[in-house]
Amino acid sequence: MSGQDLSGQGMNRRSILAGLAASAGALVLSACAKVAESKVGAKLIASADDWHRHAQRLVGGRAALAPEFAKSDVSPYFRGNGSLTVAGDAYQAALASGFPDWKLAVTGLVENPLELSLADLKALPQRTQITRHDCVEGWSAIGEWTGPQLARVLEMAKVRPQANFVVFHCADTLSDARYYESVDMVDAFHPQTIVAHSLNGAPLPERNGAPLRVRIERQLGYKQAKYLTAIELVASLDAIGGGKGGYWEDRSGYQWYAGI
Amino acid sequence: MSGRARKHALSTRLWHWLNLACVTILFMSGLNISNAHPRLYWGQWGFAAEDAWLHVPRFPGWMTIPDYYSLAIARDWHVLMAWPFALGLLFMWVAMLANGHFRRDLRTTRAEWRPAAIRQDVIDHLKLKFEHEGAKFNFLQKLAYGSVLGVLLPGMVLSGMAISPGMDAAWPILLDIFGGRQSARSIHFLFAWGIFGFFAIHIALVLLSGPVRQVRDMITGGRA
Repeated sequence: MSGQDLSGQGMNRRSILAGLAASAGALVLSACAKVAESKVGAKLIASADDWHRHAQRLVGGRAALAPEFAKSDVSPYFRGNGSLTVAGDAYQAALASGFPDWKLAVTGLVENPLELSLADLKALPQRTQITRHDCVEGWSAIGEWTGPQLARVLEMAKVRPQANFVVFHCADTLSDARYYESVDMVDAFHPQTIVAHSLNGAPLPERNGAPLRVRIERQLGYKQAKYLTAIELVASLDAIGGGKGGYWEDRSGYQWYAGI
Repeated sequence: MSGRARKHALSTRLWHWLNLACVTILFMSGLNISNAHPRLYWGQWGFAAEDAWLHVPRFPGWMTIPDYYSLAIARDWHVLMAWPFALGLLFMWVAMLANGHFRRDLRTTRAEWRPAAIRQDVIDHLKLKFEHEGAKFNFLQKLAYGSVLGVLLPGMVLSGMAISPGMDAAWPILLDIFGGRQSARSIHFLFAWGIFGFFAIHIALVLLSGPVRQVRDMITGGRA
């Protein structure tokens, strides 16, 4: 192109292009909103986390272990987020006395329903792991968790072959709704999936889910259900809560697979 | 493939526009995600204000996808568009190596790295003199395109994977590359703005060098 071309229509073109550029952002925004509203678009978006789940398990294997850290890497303070306590005097009293009557029920598609006390859980073989906790918001903290592997508990309960998901029911409420979460059998039987009763060598602090919290180490923080009261084995998540497999999944549309 | 007869190969043109769409949506949804916890740290962990090396400003709605704060919807877009972005980049690299675009147009020679040669390139650029004989790109262009294709874009894919707890279990080496998840998150943010910086300069230079022809050639291929 020669220079003369620019002088004549150039300014005109340039102002048109500048206008185009200015409205490009708005265009992208409205286009994205349109796609998200469409049936195909919504389906595409909903399935993206499934592709990540399949891809991650393909490249790393189903049993890939989350990185474990040294004691010197532990964060000096472990931040609490979401629910920081359970409402009611009963919880405060139990907290003060070390939860002597707290029970973890194992129900649903099992041959042998259970009701386990803290002492029962501590009598099982224990696993201690120093892992990184990643919040969906972006921050991370490192802590040392101790508890029995969920796999041991599920073996005791004898899971029926129809079970596809493990649902974690919690004592805490957010905006008047009970917190709950769920994982598939791959993560349920993963060696680092534990029912933690201790953090950094001491009983779980109130803000971190006392007395029991599940650790799903390859997924984000909202999967690590706190104040655990029951574990339910189900074939489908449709009838649980809003049907999307978790409190934040139902309420805000967070991805059910939180490995990304 | 008639890549030699045209200014831009078909693979380059397809990737260019796909990548524009991906990067635009990833960048704007990424700014929404940044608003969820607008602090950056170095190392494996970090959550407190006093540990942050940067307090990121809050990005207004017109810069983000969606145009209001929603971490869930922003993440939906981000994890969806990560797929065509990463696979598209892989495709472009394979195509560039296969059709000779990399060897012919992007690879720099030792002579080009001489300070005098670099100075001459800078002067030519400042004079808005864009015709360069023989080679398709001058040194500064090679440096810019090479940094984007070889460092910034693949760096976004790798640092993005290092932020993902599932990928850290699958490929723990990701954490070693970046020195921890929070470092990877900081680099993800810095590289994103690096790409934005390239984008701004790229647009400015296209506007200064015959924008209609440039855009038309990137669609039709143009003449070599």
